[in-house]
Amino acid sequence: MRVPIGWLAEHVDLPAETTVEDLDTAFVRLGLEVEDVHRPEEVTGPLVVGRVLEVEELAGFKKPIRYCRVDVGEEEPRGVVCGATNFAVGDAVVVALPGAVLPGGFAISARTTYGHVSDGMICSARELGIGEDHAGILVLGDGTTGPAPEAGTPAGPVVGLDDVVVELAVTPDRGYCLSMRGIAREIGTGLAVGWRDPGALTPPAWSGDPAWAVTVEDPARCDRFSMIALEGLDPTAPSPWWMRRRLAQSGVRSISLAVDVTNYVMLELGQPMHAFDRDRVTGPIAVRLARPGERLTTLDGVDRALDADDLLITDGSGPIGLAAVMGGATTEIGDGTSSVLLEAAHWEPTGVARTARRHRLPSEAAKRFERGVDPEMTVVALARAAALLGEYGGARVVGTPVDVDTRAPRPVVALDAGLPGRVAGVPYTPAQVVELLAAVGCTVDGEGAELAVTPPPWRPDLTDPADLAEEVVRLAGYDDVPSVLPTAPPGRGLTEGQRRRRAVGRALAEAGYVEAPAYPFVGAAVLDALGLPEDDPRRAVVLVRNPLSEEEPALRTTLLPGLLATLARNLARGQRDLALFEHGSVFPGDRRSPAPLLGVDRRPDDDVLAALLGAVPAQPWHVAVALAGHREPRGWWGPGRPAVWADAVQAARLVTEAAGVELAVRAGERAPWHPGRCAELLVDGAVVGHAGELHPRVCAALQLPARTSVMELDLDALPAAGVPAGPRVSAFPPVLMDLALVVGEEVPAAEVDAALRAGAGDLLESLRLFDVWTGAPVPAGSRSLAYALTLRAPDRTLTGEEAAAVRDAAVTAAAERTGAVLRA
Amino acid sequence: MSGANDPYDPKQVAALSAEALDAAVAEARRAFAGAGDLAALAAVRPAHLGDRAPVLLARRELGALPPAARADAGKRVNAARQALTAAYEIRLAELEAERDARVLAEERVDVTLPWDRTPRGARHPLTTLTDRIADIFVGMGYEVADGPELEAEWLNFDALNIGRDHPARTMMDTFFIAGGPGQDEDSGLVLRTHTSPVQARTMLARTPPIYVVAPGRVYRTDELDATHTPVFHQVEGLAVDRGLSMAHLRGTLDHLARILFGAEARTRWRPSYFPFTEPSAEFDVWFPEHRDGPRWVEWGGCGMVNPRVLVACGIDPDEYSGFAFGLGIERALQFRSGVGDMRDIVEGDVRFTRAFGVEQ
Repeated sequence: MRVPIGWLAEHVDLPAETTVEDLDTAFVRLGLEVEDVHRPEEVTGPLVVGRVLEVEELAGFKKPIRYCRVDVGEEEPRGVVCGATNFAVGDAVVVALPGAVLPGGFAISARTTYGHVSDGMICSARELGIGEDHAGILVLGDGTTGPAPEAGTPAGPVVGLDDVVVELAVTPDRGYCLSMRGIAREIGTGLAVGWRDPGALTPPAWSGDPAWAVTVEDPARCDRFSMIALEGLDPTAPSPWWMRRRLAQSGVRSISLAVDVTNYVMLELGQPMHAFDRDRVTGPIAVRLARPGERLTTLDGVDRALDADDLLITDGSGPIGLAAVMGGATTEIGDGTSSVLLEAAHWEPTGVARTARRHRLPSEAAKRFERGVDPEMTVVALARAAALLGEYGGARVVGTPVDVDTRAPRPVVALDAGLPGRVAGVPYTPAQVVELLAAVGCTVDGEGAELAVTPPPWRPDLTDPADLAEEVVRLAGYDDVPSVLPTAPPGRGLTEGQRRRRAVGRALAEAGYVEAPAYPFVGAAVLDALGLPEDDPRRAVVLVRNPLSEEEPALRTTLLPGLLATLARNLARGQRDLALFEHGSVFPGDRRSPAPLLGVDRRPDDDVLAALLGAVPAQPWHVAVALAGHREPRGWWGPGRPAVWADAVQAARLVTEAAGVELAVRAGERAPWHPGRCAELLVDGAVVGHAGELHPRVCAALQLPARTSVMELDLDALPAAGVPAGPRVSAFPPVLMDLALVVGEEVPAAEVDAALRAGAGDLLESLRLFDVWTGAPVPAGSRSLAYALTLRAPDRTLTGEEAAAVRDAAVTAAAERTGAVLRA
Repeated sequence: MSGANDPYDPKQVAALSAEALDAAVAEARRAFAGAGDLAALAAVRPAHLGDRAPVLLARRELGALPPAARADAGKRVNAARQALTAAYEIRLAELEAERDARVLAEERVDVTLPWDRTPRGARHPLTTLTDRIADIFVGMGYEVADGPELEAEWLNFDALNIGRDHPARTMMDTFFIAGGPGQDEDSGLVLRTHTSPVQARTMLARTPPIYVVAPGRVYRTDELDATHTPVFHQVEGLAVDRGLSMAHLRGTLDHLARILFGAEARTRWRPSYFPFTEPSAEFDVWFPEHRDGPRWVEWGGCGMVNPRVLVACGIDPDEYSGFAFGLGIERALQFRSGVGDMRDIVEGDVRFTRAFGVEQ
């Protein structure tokens, strides 16, 4: 809502010393956020009102050029050349005299142009920086549309160059602040100064037949419908300059007097109105819901199929307006309109919201009706508009207004006078509560603690005691609320799952990975690039109905697309060696029934609630890494070590160690991994993820370096970590021994490892593979695995015989399970 | 050497004579002094301190002496031996000191050489800042609640008093989720527009007193630019208990501000509107360390839980009241760390994230 301060001052006795900053502070304290302050651009030097005395049309140029004699209050008129034609002899205009500097540093001087000396400039609104209207010059008045100022009067104040416009963000509960009337009430109360309600006008006593035949078929959606008829409107009468300027300041385009007046009254009183060309309305008007197949071309020229839930204004021809949202084209006010039907009604907000949303028409009218409009204002607004159309367009009211009023009385709210104080933690007295509610416009009855409060008609948002409490606290000032720290009962700290997520992130970061959270939006292209088979469950995605990009309409089912995109972005920015990780939710698109929409008047029943919660898909928390370039950089110690598949597998080990569970690894095959370099990650026998090198085709498709390696696992699939058991630490000396085994190349090291451990038994303290050798003297098709064993007993020093027995048992087990042979 | 049964005269056991002993000591001292390094010293040691050294050999003769003479000679031998040992130790210490000075100097390295063989990792500052805020509340006895990002529309809106046709619902710029194949187009799901549905989830699942914070990722249909991102992070706070007032809300926010932004920090409220709180306020925090000078910075929204929300979640509003707040993590990160462009926060450039380390 744009509030021209000059307009506001018409209704509020702003103290003379009030600054824009004072107003800003007052608005903010009242909960009206100041989004912007528009200050007109400065004009310096002589700027005066001029009266056009003579106009000479200069011929022979590509466009019409006028040479004018203008009285600027000096002894002699000045000669001014002008390219506009929208003014006549006798009009009052704004003249910038030589020496003036207009907005944008446009300095005015006397100069010769089109064969004449131009001794100044006749200005348009845009040249003055007070409007966008550049079609013609600014005509202040021609003596018929209002009193024009004396020639020579300084024009700055006349055109309101010193007028500031404050742009307010109005929250949806306060529709009444979308009008000067509401703002005047707020700021008058907030500054504790006098103010006048522009809505407090008494309509004249009209007489005659009702203006039109009207029936309202849906009083639940329209509880008041008022209409007035006017005749004799001069269709060519311009809107007065002051009105056009206020509309411009408010961001509304000037169209014609009839339209401008309805907009002006809406801004002033908050009551949206619609003007029909009476001569184009046929038969009785009815307010009703749309019927099947009905269509309406609205004022914006769009032909719309109507929904059975759309409320319409209709005449004998069918729909002539989308109620509360936009009028129809067939009855639009035109260049020749001299008879007008003005409509002002009160519409049920949620219905308006549905229609506005359905037709994507967030019009100024709909915006106000959705947020609540004062139903008292319909006839007042008609009277105000009729008066303006009479004054500036010569229109006169015919007959008496129609007023179909089926409103129910406003319910009274019972309020405990102590509630506002308990809500705020501030001891307001009952008298203070009553006074503040009265300032809001409420009627307050009752004595002592039990108050009966009738909220004002412009505040449909005030329905509950809590709403009234808020008004009291707001007007008393939020700054009064003290600061008291409450004491919460002892808490249980983080859950195991929360601790695990933190531990995993920390472990990866400490191992050199940089966390890179990405947006979760993906498209089919990246799933194709990852080489996912058609039936891969990761292709079953959840789709966003209104995605930011049509290329990425789905939610991720794997972290890899985002992580690899971040990898590529970093590479494109000149990084070479990268180790990234992300952990976060993925959104598998499993089929579920739609989530129900429940009532809110009480807690849903348990089974209903279970259905609701069950309709929300599980969103497992995954963790993924991606590596490219060197895992360890080259340095003075030697060459770097490229990141390989094994780093990705090791990242899984870091994760499971941080999570307190044991990881097993076996060969796997899954897109997007290299089929021979993909590890399946298992915990307690269940596959929880994969790690290894990306498939070369994936690297190519995503333009990633060869051998880029990734890991992804489902953290939520990991079992809970048990409480670790403390090992008994033996102080007896260890027996250290190395042994080398020759096994078939196809035997996984993990199996040999497991066999050795099983064979060695409890006396084995640790086992470590320290060398892998292929080639002579190891026969082709085999490889040698060299292990370092530490044996130790908890209660004695092992003898040589015992150690030898353990080693033999280990080798035997390895031989039995894997065919390993002790290397000679 | 004398035979054990030989008749003897102490004066005839020359090796035990004072002169002989003094000579042996003097000889040893010369030898030790003449040893130029530890190896040379080790080489001459056996001749003077070894089993066959003169003083040690002389000591064996003591047994042949009559008791009266034995004590006297024994003293002499022991004194000689101590003198020898002392001389050796002194020389040894000298030579070791010399060696240390020389060799350790030779082993000097350039300690400024880098050893960054493991690259530096980092957690994202949004993560660490979120953790930090959660920890402050955990320290006050709060628990951390989680909720899904893909959320039931009812929990994101209706349960929070944002009715289907409420203007606030359209103002939320919501990502709506399509129904699955073969299903009605309406899935009843949205990408949550705020962390507030966790309020509803918590109240539906628990009974008061409730003190929880819920950090998480939320979504609005804004295009990414220097000040907006469609995916961002909030921390929601909710307390429901007997007798809670706006004063407790202010106390809580002030406490958080002081811990995060220093003892000077405090909050300021502006009346505002959220359907799920009544009264509602936006709150600013006074941030003395702002890179453009001390100032109020917009931080979040807060208010007293609307009794209608308590009712929808099965909590008696006559018995309990509650407060709730939500604040933006990106925003806090922006002004706390002087980050001017939102894109730096969301693009995952390692140069940005590494600056924050593992724990900020």
